[in-house]
Amino acid sequence: MNSTMDRREFIKHIGGAAMAASLLAACKKNDTPAPGVSGLDGNGSMTYRTNPNTNDKVSLLGYGMMRLPVEAGGTMRENPDSPINQELVNQQVDYALEHGVNYFDTSPAYCQGKSEGSTGIALSRHPRDRYFIATKLSNFSPATWSRQASIEMFEKSLKELRTNYVDYLLLHGIGMVGEDMDGIEVFNKRYMGNGVLDWLVEQKKSGRIRNLGFSYHGDIKVFDMLLKWHDEGRYHWDFAQIELNYLDWHYADEINPRNTDAEYLYMELHKRGIPAVIMEPLLGGRLGTLPDYIVKRMQEREPQTPPARWAFRYAGTPEGVLTVLSGMSYMEHLVENVATYSPLRPITEDENTFLMQIADEVYNLKNIPCTACSYCMPCPYGLDIPTIFSHYNKCISEGNMPNPEHPTATYKKARRAFLIGYDRSVPKLRQASHCIGCNQCLSHCPQRINIPEEMRRIDEYVEQLKRS
Amino acid sequence: MLKKIRTILAIVMLVLVTLLFLGVSWRINLWFGFVAKIQFLPAVLSFNVVVLILLLLLTLLFGRIYCSVICPLGIMQDCFSWLHGKFKKNRFSFSPEKKCLRYIVLALFVIMLVVGVTPVTTLLAPYSAYGRIVNTLFKPLYEMLNNALAHYEAQHNLYHFSEVEIWMRSVTTFVVAIVTLLALAVLAWRHGRTYCNTICPVGTFLSFISRFSLLKVSFDKDACKQCGLCEKNCKASAIDFKNCKVDYSRCVVCGDCLEKCKFDALHYGRVSKAPVAVEEKAETVDEGRRSFLLGAGLMTATVAMAQPKVKVDGGLAVIEDKVAPERKTPITPPGSISAQNMQHHCTACQLCVSACPNHVLRPSKSLMTFMQPEMSFERGYCRPECTRCSQVCPTGAIRPITPEQKTEVHAGYAVWLKENCIPLTDKVSCGNCARHCPTGAIQMVDYEGAKVPSIDTAKCIGCGACENLCPARPFSAIYVEGNVMHHLQ
Repeated sequence: MNSTMDRREFIKHIGGAAMAASLLAACKKNDTPAPGVSGLDGNGSMTYRTNPNTNDKVSLLGYGMMRLPVEAGGTMRENPDSPINQELVNQQVDYALEHGVNYFDTSPAYCQGKSEGSTGIALSRHPRDRYFIATKLSNFSPATWSRQASIEMFEKSLKELRTNYVDYLLLHGIGMVGEDMDGIEVFNKRYMGNGVLDWLVEQKKSGRIRNLGFSYHGDIKVFDMLLKWHDEGRYHWDFAQIELNYLDWHYADEINPRNTDAEYLYMELHKRGIPAVIMEPLLGGRLGTLPDYIVKRMQEREPQTPPARWAFRYAGTPEGVLTVLSGMSYMEHLVENVATYSPLRPITEDENTFLMQIADEVYNLKNIPCTACSYCMPCPYGLDIPTIFSHYNKCISEGNMPNPEHPTATYKKARRAFLIGYDRSVPKLRQASHCIGCNQCLSHCPQRINIPEEMRRIDEYVEQLKRS
Repeated sequence: MLKKIRTILAIVMLVLVTLLFLGVSWRINLWFGFVAKIQFLPAVLSFNVVVLILLLLLTLLFGRIYCSVICPLGIMQDCFSWLHGKFKKNRFSFSPEKKCLRYIVLALFVIMLVVGVTPVTTLLAPYSAYGRIVNTLFKPLYEMLNNALAHYEAQHNLYHFSEVEIWMRSVTTFVVAIVTLLALAVLAWRHGRTYCNTICPVGTFLSFISRFSLLKVSFDKDACKQCGLCEKNCKASAIDFKNCKVDYSRCVVCGDCLEKCKFDALHYGRVSKAPVAVEEKAETVDEGRRSFLLGAGLMTATVAMAQPKVKVDGGLAVIEDKVAPERKTPITPPGSISAQNMQHHCTACQLCVSACPNHVLRPSKSLMTFMQPEMSFERGYCRPECTRCSQVCPTGAIRPITPEQKTEVHAGYAVWLKENCIPLTDKVSCGNCARHCPTGAIQMVDYEGAKVPSIDTAKCIGCGACENLCPARPFSAIYVEGNVMHHLQ
């Protein structure tokens, strides 16, 4: 007990000192001090990792351009009709570049197709050699699976991004399954039968693509196959994008048996020397909004450190990680994340043990592993799938899950909060009760959530609450 | 003193009845639901002998005090009249009783009640007229306030107010309510209790008894200085000061005259000698006596109200509004026994419509069941745990039932419409109706290469879950037909 107290005291002192140092440094650089950032981080300059293929010095923080701010406020999730707020995007990109962030990840599918254009506008205001652009050959609609449509998609990306080469090109979401196809079949139809992968290799030779890689979700057979090809020398992967965070490290397959632990994915890449780009370091924000008792545990260990920072430090610690992507909608998130990696304070062994304990607790919450990527949307029958899940998860995180079978003293209040909150966040006609189980969303979910099944479960729970 | 007591009681009653109709809180219904059940006409319709005897005794004892402190429509008229009194003092004068008109209206009312010509009886019934005014005119305003509060609370993570959908259940009912309100407001503003003393069937009926009531307002002829102040302040026009007479068939025992008399010449108490009934020759019907009924038709065309549409968001699929199917037999709520029972007992006060949390009940548009509640499932369905309409109904049109009993009341049966069914039209699996059927009356069976619902009508209770949750729009692929009389088992 004594020793914990001592450590806490010690960290408090360090924290104070670090903050003072960071403020001092900020003043000296005549730079905007990072508002709201306190504690142990952000008192130096950005950590960089080297890509062994091209010797690119890539910032450990990568900017994910999938949740850009919109004019009406918030992101397209809250205001789907609103155009992107280009002024804010410009400001945030400027800040990112100024503070050493040089990796920008977009896709033809992001922000209802508007992300690449917006990214292009913001970045083209800066010298092309100051940043790396990553974009993707997306594969959501089988209509884009022909050679012609794929080439058009790539050419359009260049145009939208106002450049003549892409630094990092990804096969988007390999391993995702079709409505009645497994991952291998989808992959073959999308990239092999039509010669699209070979065409991309040609583009790499001609310099229009500097690094060729893939992002992976879902069917592990495809991941293994691509790495086998790499070993056989059939195709060379310059990098790969995987989902990694302290929950998925060990728990990905416990959460969903069809998924694979991040540990396996990372180790497979690392032993081949393929740099890993990390996505979902926060699991769609869920590791940033944890229940109070878990946050308390984390803050007792390190006061003033937000839970999200633990997750970013964790994702950035493995040395084979090239960059960690964060879909930053707001300036404050950007400032906070820049601070986290300026420089990176790697997770120590002791801290790693601690985070694994936290992962146990988060796993036990039994959240629905939705990251609100909205790939499933629009649901043809009008449901607001990500918002239904996020309400459910929010209630779990806030400890507001009334149990109709064992009502407690606060049952009535919690029931009311759950039901009213549900109606507030999701219009009645878009709630889980309207899921007909057509299964059209199933193949779109990168987390491979059985959406109709979860909808049914939530619907039954709501029904139970209403009847009690 | 009498006036003070009357005013306080009247205000309390008006507030309670209004809160009831606004649907402010279910708790108010639980605690104060009785204020609807002690209304005269509802008590008659529900054969509530206890209440009837109490009301008759009350009148026999105190005169038509019912009209002053229990009837919400009477109190509402007093409010208008009182407001005018603030501007113009001593504005009333005695007029003889319009016996002929009163008795004809009452006789017609009773005949129509027995025969079951509901459109007319519901229009005349005072309590339900007030209910309609609050429900259709004031409730939307209250709901807007509620939604504003809910909006505020949503930003502060509070959960007292939940947002409700504001929609017009029936344009006709809205028009009827607005015409009623305007007509009564004008009548009360100009002549006080005109409606109560010429048209209102309850008032006419009670006047038979009040003539013989134990306590009455009477003149002390010796003290009376013939100033006429009492007559000028009698909103019932029931005082003839020249002859020192009070028409007890119209006096609603408000106590205004007692208060006004400077010479203590008026008393409320037992009268030893039976007073001579006022018998004046009836004058010709003058202005202001016209039935406000006539006005209803005239105004119908003038009000066009846009129904609020559901808002849609861009990144989400557009959801078309559901349209109610044409039902051969209207569905009446569980507890109403049959369409016939509903028709004979309901005064169309809209209390059940106001209480329905699932937006199922709405006033009927058909002539014979005019403004009486019927069910439809475009916005929600009759949820198994809810029996609110049966709990609030004061007239016995919807008898009280428990949720357990409700599971055995078959208010209707579902009908499948092949041409709308999603598994056949969109070629996707569905089964949302079967999944949500609370009685398990629907099973999905193979049909033309798809799974479609098959209904066991013996199990179907007509709750409308299937119709409401059917993804086919605007017309559901499964809908409910009413049972003429509910099946029980």
